[in-house]
Amino acid sequence: MQKYDLSKSYVKEVNSNIALETDQLSVFYGKKQATYDISLKIPKHSITALIGASGSGKSTYLRSLNRMNENGNTNVKGKIIYEGIDINSSKVNVYEVRKHIGMVFQEPNPFAKSIRGNITFALKNHGIKDKKVLEERVVSSLKQAAIWDEVKDHLDDSAMSLSGGQKQRLCIARAIAMQPDILLLDEPTSALDPVSTGKIEETLRELKKNYTIIIVTHNIQQASRVSDYTAFMHSGHLLEYNDTNSIFNNPEMQITNDYISGHFG
Amino acid sequence: MNPKSVNRIATTVINSLVGVVVALLVLLISYILVTGLPHMSLDFLLSPSQSYQAGGGIRDQLFNSIYLVILTLIISFPIALGAGIYLAEYAPKNWIVDVIRTLIEVLSSLPSVVVGLFAYLVFVIKFQVGFSIISGAVALTIFNLPLLTRNIEDSIKSVPDFQMQGALALGLSKWTTIIKIIFPSAIPGIITGIILSSGRIFGEAAALIYTSGQSAPVLNYANWNPFSPDSFLNPMRPAETLAVHIWKVNSEGITPDANAISSGASAVLILVIILFNFFAHWIGKKLYKKFTVGEVK
Repeated sequence: MQKYDLSKSYVKEVNSNIALETDQLSVFYGKKQATYDISLKIPKHSITALIGASGSGKSTYLRSLNRMNENGNTNVKGKIIYEGIDINSSKVNVYEVRKHIGMVFQEPNPFAKSIRGNITFALKNHGIKDKKVLEERVVSSLKQAAIWDEVKDHLDDSAMSLSGGQKQRLCIARAIAMQPDILLLDEPTSALDPVSTGKIEETLRELKKNYTIIIVTHNIQQASRVSDYTAFMHSGHLLEYNDTNSIFNNPEMQITNDYISGHFG
Repeated sequence: MNPKSVNRIATTVINSLVGVVVALLVLLISYILVTGLPHMSLDFLLSPSQSYQAGGGIRDQLFNSIYLVILTLIISFPIALGAGIYLAEYAPKNWIVDVIRTLIEVLSSLPSVVVGLFAYLVFVIKFQVGFSIISGAVALTIFNLPLLTRNIEDSIKSVPDFQMQGALALGLSKWTTIIKIIFPSAIPGIITGIILSSGRIFGEAAALIYTSGQSAPVLNYANWNPFSPDSFLNPMRPAETLAVHIWKVNSEGITPDANAISSGASAVLILVIILFNFFAHWIGKKLYKKFTVGEVK
């Protein structure tokens, strides 16, 4: 593989309606630096894809955005600006942040509860007691995650009995039942078959009308299919950020071109 | 040798080893049951023991054993739960915690006679609690704790980490997640640990001889006041358990039917342990279902 100059990058200036912005975000695992000064503006009500080879730091970056990287010796430096506040500050209540910025993981991880219980569990713990409200959230979130028709007749069955794709859509429903602004998706379809993947992509296209979505994916075609903006990362550096069309048809950087045409990664 | 015959030899060896274990188990249990069951009758179960005459039963000893298991679990389970949760979820990875883990393992392998004598000196003599169920329960807690703590730690650790991640990402605190998501998922494993440790409590004799004592005063099963000296619920009374009774009848029993009593009591002990296992599994399934609406794996 040829050597690339990681100090050069192309980041398109996006100025319309920013949902989330990072300013020189660097993540350290102990002494090892995983991402380098990433500054990125994520536009509202759109899908932004983070692509790059394994070890490029894209998942690490994503997990910093709702502060899921806070354990042990992980250290996140820089600013994450959401609604004018730096939510990376230690003064900010991390639990509150996660209510506004939801997350769906690579491995579908429903709780060992009923389908309904998966949706209502967090809501109840956040103090929503009204049965009517809870029921409304269950229905609307399952509908938005496009799984309502498949589960409406057995909401009290265990979520563990669902298929992998259904589980993942339930996890999406669980996240949007919290009524967040932003949804972070960490390779949400990499454990799923093509049919389930298609359904989830369809769901995401619907969801972006109301939510800002950031998705990490290994699947370059998926990024080109669903996203409006694409950020390409390599070795912890953000090397190109542009609207998806430009990235895939006319990339500014040689390395981006090489990655999306399959020369490495 | 080709892979096929290697595999065949290995399988044969493993199978015969399993055979030895099973044969031993079957032999032992059936010997105890065959020699014991003929002496087991409702009268045997429901009448108090006799010191000199034939025809004594094991009513009080049987009750004492069960009561002691329950008391010990009431004392040790909450402590073990706290320690297990700490070790599984909160303990930092450093040498102090490693030392604590090692100490816990050492504690679990202490000879029960030593633990019994220790509890005798501290509780029975020093604190003047006297021979009592509560002294016995505390002594049993000392070697029940390490087993139970280790078991709870392992059960909690075996719950996949992405369950924790999922709950944290919904803005829930770590503590809420542990209590409401992780712990319920760990229940089946924890129940197994409780069963194993109760089996040990049921069968323990050495540590109890010095702590809960070797006498079974007449109990009044109609007296529900735990502070009354003759109440069956009074934890401060001396209480000979089934295992201690078997030991005593065998070593210094002077009743003419000492042999029959010890065989019968042994069979009862085994049956009680088996019944306790079924009961604990049943409760565990109910709890797991109640918390998770899932089937036990």
